[in-house]
Amino acid sequence: MSDLITLTAAQMAAKLAAGEISSVELTQAHLDRIAAVDGEINAFLHVNADEALETAAEVDRLRAAGGAQADALHPLAGVPVAVKDLIVTRGQPTTSGSKMLEGWMSPYDATVVTKIRQAKLPILGKTNLDEFAMGSSTEHSAYGPTRNPWDTSRIPGGSGGGSAAAVAAFEAPLALGTDTGGSIRQPAAVTGTVGTKPTYGSVSRYGAIAMASSLDQIGPAARTVEDAALLHELIAGHDPKDSTSLPEPVPGFGTAAGNHEVAGMRIGVIKQLQGTGYQDAVLARFQESLELLRSAGAQIVEVDCPSFEYALGAYYLIMSSEASSNMARFDGVRYGQRVLPDQPPVTIERVMGATRAAGFGEEVKRRIILGTYALSAGYYDAYYGSAQKIRTLIQRDFEAAFASADVLISPTSPTVAFPLGEKLQDPMAMYLNDIATIPANLAGIPAISVPGGLAEGLPVGVQFLAPARGDAEVYHAGRALEKLLNDDAGTPVWAQVPDMEVAK
Amino acid sequence: MPEISRADVEHLSALAHIAMTDEELDKMTGELGVIVDSVKSVQEAAADEVPATSHPVELRNVFRRDEVGHVFTAEESLANAPDAQDGRFKVPAIMDGE
Repeated sequence: MSDLITLTAAQMAAKLAAGEISSVELTQAHLDRIAAVDGEINAFLHVNADEALETAAEVDRLRAAGGAQADALHPLAGVPVAVKDLIVTRGQPTTSGSKMLEGWMSPYDATVVTKIRQAKLPILGKTNLDEFAMGSSTEHSAYGPTRNPWDTSRIPGGSGGGSAAAVAAFEAPLALGTDTGGSIRQPAAVTGTVGTKPTYGSVSRYGAIAMASSLDQIGPAARTVEDAALLHELIAGHDPKDSTSLPEPVPGFGTAAGNHEVAGMRIGVIKQLQGTGYQDAVLARFQESLELLRSAGAQIVEVDCPSFEYALGAYYLIMSSEASSNMARFDGVRYGQRVLPDQPPVTIERVMGATRAAGFGEEVKRRIILGTYALSAGYYDAYYGSAQKIRTLIQRDFEAAFASADVLISPTSPTVAFPLGEKLQDPMAMYLNDIATIPANLAGIPAISVPGGLAEGLPVGVQFLAPARGDAEVYHAGRALEKLLNDDAGTPVWAQVPDMEVAK
Repeated sequence: MPEISRADVEHLSALAHIAMTDEELDKMTGELGVIVDSVKSVQEAAADEVPATSHPVELRNVFRRDEVGHVFTAEESLANAPDAQDGRFKVPAIMDGE
């Protein structure tokens, strides 16, 4: 294993800028790592070697030539990145982890991909996910599950298990994810990495295949808080192609991630996001993190968010309702698979029925049916209407909590990574993985998951939340805990992942 | 709220255009019942006076100038079509019959 791939993205960027390493060398080291370990991890659905090396060579050429063009390079130019396969890319297939879109070639790039191309980050490939981002374990991918680099018999979280596992296994220093109910943060928690769900609208959603449009958000995955902040800063900003994108200028997230002072910071512990349902070891690591923050001068207070009891129910009603509408586009006419019914007549209705039966997996069908039910005449007010009211109550809970705390804190996931297959036949057990991450999506606020140590050799995640547009604050708080834990343990959590190549 | 029957799920699958086998309908009926039971508690807390939130951040209409922007060519648009003819999408019969 090359030493280059265990550097942080910020270190890689500094070495590239100083001319100590080339981007081709760095990109090739990651491609070699993918070739060595991805047969087992299955983080990538497509590897984009040729194009990545071309981009790398271009960066090297510009740097070598010097002058204005070299000076104008983005600080992350030449640092490779992986892209969740829910985000559309020209020149590479985008499948969403679904048979429905097998081999589909997008005619356009997502805005985040355009930004990455402009900044000249080599794109290593497309990462695995639960089909259309519906799941918490990556087991609902039509292309096989991704495995957790910490223990390959366990799940890497989901839906963005591919991006998190790729970053944890040193297959990529940076990756893009999407987070509708925790799909960036929960995989980060169970793989010992960092993941941020930005404020709704902070990053353009143009080109992210929609699941639940009022909840979906693209965000960064990385091994360190600073790296996540740098990638967030690159992809953020107003986009006229996304009418929900925020018009304000992007604050310096990288700068915020450089600040690890917590003296005087008021950190609110959410009373409802602990206790029953949370593993003892997860709660033990969480308490230790609180102690470290307290000893560094933070003021730890408890906040009460009584409506969170209803968050999971409201989320599954709103998400499935929006998903059932968004999934209607897969009709077997304009793109994607078309499957003809076994028996005549071959009418459009029956072709749609056969196409969607064959193209969608179990979880996608479950959510479409649940959403169709929640939106049906006679049930709309009881289900969808009630869920929207809960959304208001949750926003009010957050508003009250932020009156007494600068940031809020909770465990990211109630458990460590569980064995593959354990919850596959029990949809409600699977949904409970997102209990602590869902409220942020319902309220549109930013949240980060940072490593909180290990429990019997498996990573535990700690989540920080801030008011809407307060993304810089989650990087500040996340960096503070990261530094305290690194100093305490003498090494970062991500550096302790078992070496797969040696293990073989 | 009424229990979800197999006939309900059959109707929903028709509305959602997803053909389902008998086994799938049976399994989905059971699973949907459990899920709906778990989420229906939202009704307890949703009092009449609470306003609904449809969107996490305040939304205003967003306008742009009425100018032609980027447009895909017919070739690009049809590149992923399951079936096409004469530069158009080819759709299965809408009506049953000749």
